[in-house]
Amino acid sequence: MELIFERSIAGRRGFDFGPSDVPTHANIPPNYARQEDAPLPEVSELDVVRHYTRLSQKNFSIDTHFYPLGSCTMKYNPKFTEALARLAGFTDLHPLLAQLSGGEQWAQGALQILYELEQWMCEMTGFSDFTMQPLAGAHGELTGIMLMAAYHKSKGNSKKKYVIIPDSAHGTNPASAAVAGYETISIPSNKDGGMDLEALKAAVNEETAGLMMTVPSTYGVFEGNISEIAKIIHAVDGIMYYDGANLNAVLGRCRPGDVGFDVMHINTHKTFTTPHGGGGPGAGPVGVNQKLAKFLPVSRVVKRSDGMYVLDYDHKESIGYIASFYGNFGLLVRAYAYMLMLGKEGLIDTTSHAVLNANYIMKKLEPYYKICFDRICMHESVFSASKQAERGVHAIDIAKFLIDQQIHPPTVYFPISVPEAIMIEPTETESKQTMDHFIAKMIEADDLSKTSPAVFEGFPKTMPVSRPDEVKAARDVKTSFFGAAPTHAA
Amino acid sequence: MNPYITNTPQEVEQMLGDIGVKNIDALFADIKPEHRPRSFDLPKGLSEYEVMRRVTALSLKNNVHAVPFIGGGYYDHYIPTAVPSLTSRGEFYTAYTPYQPECAQGTLQALFEFQSSMCALTGMEVSNASLYDGGTALYEAMMMAIRITGRHKVVMDGGVSPIYRKILKTYTHHLSYQFKETPVVHGQSSREEIVRLLDKDTAVIILQNPNFFGAIDDLTDIIAKAHSVGALAIVSVYPISLGLLKTPADMGADIVTGEGQSLGLPLNFGGPYLGFMCTGKKYIRKMPGRIVGETVDSKGRRCFVNTLQAREQHIRREKATSNICTNVSLCAIQAAIFMAMIGKNGLKEMARLNLDKAEYTKQVLSKIKGVVVKRSAPTFNEFTVHLPKDASEVVAAMISKGFAAGFPLGRYYPGMERYLLVAVTEKRTKEEIDRYAKALQEVLG
Repeated sequence: MELIFERSIAGRRGFDFGPSDVPTHANIPPNYARQEDAPLPEVSELDVVRHYTRLSQKNFSIDTHFYPLGSCTMKYNPKFTEALARLAGFTDLHPLLAQLSGGEQWAQGALQILYELEQWMCEMTGFSDFTMQPLAGAHGELTGIMLMAAYHKSKGNSKKKYVIIPDSAHGTNPASAAVAGYETISIPSNKDGGMDLEALKAAVNEETAGLMMTVPSTYGVFEGNISEIAKIIHAVDGIMYYDGANLNAVLGRCRPGDVGFDVMHINTHKTFTTPHGGGGPGAGPVGVNQKLAKFLPVSRVVKRSDGMYVLDYDHKESIGYIASFYGNFGLLVRAYAYMLMLGKEGLIDTTSHAVLNANYIMKKLEPYYKICFDRICMHESVFSASKQAERGVHAIDIAKFLIDQQIHPPTVYFPISVPEAIMIEPTETESKQTMDHFIAKMIEADDLSKTSPAVFEGFPKTMPVSRPDEVKAARDVKTSFFGAAPTHAA
Repeated sequence: MNPYITNTPQEVEQMLGDIGVKNIDALFADIKPEHRPRSFDLPKGLSEYEVMRRVTALSLKNNVHAVPFIGGGYYDHYIPTAVPSLTSRGEFYTAYTPYQPECAQGTLQALFEFQSSMCALTGMEVSNASLYDGGTALYEAMMMAIRITGRHKVVMDGGVSPIYRKILKTYTHHLSYQFKETPVVHGQSSREEIVRLLDKDTAVIILQNPNFFGAIDDLTDIIAKAHSVGALAIVSVYPISLGLLKTPADMGADIVTGEGQSLGLPLNFGGPYLGFMCTGKKYIRKMPGRIVGETVDSKGRRCFVNTLQAREQHIRREKATSNICTNVSLCAIQAAIFMAMIGKNGLKEMARLNLDKAEYTKQVLSKIKGVVVKRSAPTFNEFTVHLPKDASEVVAAMISKGFAAGFPLGRYYPGMERYLLVAVTEKRTKEEIDRYAKALQEVLG
């Protein structure tokens, strides 16, 4: 499809600001002024509407397709949360208004939402304090690791060098630890998908700053030895970090704060179904226990004895500002509304049915695909397409086959420790009929891998695009319509 | 109650039978009794109607009716209706990160168009597909400059947003970087101080245009000085101002970042916003965040993919250029649509309206006794005024008259308690500006 720039006709316009009601000021002094107009497209409003409507139709999305993307939790995003987040009382609120002297009184509704979310998240996870500021899960991780660093620094412990991370972890874990100045040590998993305790003991020493763990892990396995692991880490005054990517699997069943963790982040798009937006914006609230609370970023939202919600910056040991304001407020409103509707029982049901659905798919596919861990799974299961690969059909080929069946592929090649990984997470919002259809298509793919493996090369056949040349994209880098010199193109 | 769960009791029974367990609790057998929650005391669920009523009531407790003359890097610009109407399409906002390009061409092409428009705006060669917000984008740019130069000293202009400067300090206070801040003199960067601090250890100089006080500048000379010692220059910009102002590319900037909220995103009490980053082609492999590239498919058709992923955390893990994973794709798409809607001429007109209305406001405010409009440097749509009393008190009094009068600079600059930062966008009418001046006159008595 053509680019919006390729529809551009000189002089055409999409929007009229109307006549000015003030006198025209003299021009900007020439040395401060732009030489040539920015070559933005020149198109009509109808051009814009058709172009982006048609573009949107080239996407798969939850509203249109089943998305069993393991580890990503693509559940339905209720429409009412969307409507609430778009209320003018939220969208038109300037963040600095609350920082004026006494200005919090003008943002009481917004501050109450942030305050109550913090209370609920604490209760849900067993932590004492939460900050809503981190702008995405990975941002929450970085914040959490900085809290870890602040803790060691406050104890005058300069020996702490390493963060321990299991091999099944998301790539953000080691990246966040590295950005915060730590080196990382990877720990292998045992044959049941749990952490290899002997390997852990061998790796832990006085230089261990902490451990980052996803529970359940990205293998969909609940770590039974958490208490032992926490003991090992705490024995060297290390910090236990809970990656909340899979919190949706344990709501009401286990709280990280109760089982030895000191700090965690929540991905609101996973557990509280805020929309993914094609890759953000997200929100990554961070929770801590008493050990780390004093280091949390400012500002904190507190409730005064007179019932007023106010911003509190007075925390001497705080790590400081980690984002410009109070978090991705628009997403937090959606999470708040979702939690308010579901309440305690609804949240517990979410977890129950997410796990039920995942186990159902695992059971049905087990005869056809190699299961990585022969045990009950939590909210997702990991297969390997190793049997199919022997026939020349790889995980990516199965993924492309599914696209032709109008199903978004599961996560493939992750966790990286599993060859030919296929990771399936149906979520609680999908029906048995949708799952049965998916299961049938997965079985069909296995059949095809036996009867006619060569056909996979041509998949997907039905899409406007098939198997982009990613090597060319990285070699002949073109990341803009203008190529290298924007102001001289158009 | 959870209306989004579709399994009927009969289906649940059937599925449990297929799995071979008696009940759902059996699926949680891996969680030992000692690992079960000590408490899970949350409120009871509510109906959709009740939630709508409650949350709507909360929204009405926020004051969004005071006419805004407050900016500080975040502005009340008009958003054409078509813009949010398009990004409200479920195909955009309920899609995932485009890991499977065949079923994500909509998101990928829209992000490619966003990158192209950001290049058009800044004059730079390449753009990434967004970062979290203006402040964290500046942090990422600083880290990128440190990686490129292998040096550890950062020179930061005092005109850079104090919010951004606080963020940069948070992320680096435990790392061994040397920070030097230079003062603002007569509203603009102090050439003298900057030149004094630049040396062979300097990785980067960080500048902002317009600066936090609203002053505009031509930073070409400073950037040339930085280059002469082998340092890079980052300029944080306000996108709408680029309708009229010299581009950072023409000034010689190496990395350009900024807050993209002004490009069609609501104020939203601080987020989600849109961090952006542009640079030269030679640095693209050092740039953090997702980048969309053009390529062809197996049949030679043009298409778009996430490219240069070898920089990113999901491939490189601890060796990645950044830990960023999710960015703000939907905000970037919204900005792309906004830029297409207002277009080449619209951007220029919008910037012109901002300039003219701010200048008109300066005129009417300077007629008020005791109010001094600072005129040492030219400005775009925001400027500082000196008041005869504490700006915080004035702002509090102005709110009760229906105006968010501006941002008192004393909040971030001790000693500037009587200074007020005033922003005026294209949305402010002459009538509002006149009423604002009248109210200010009354407040100052």
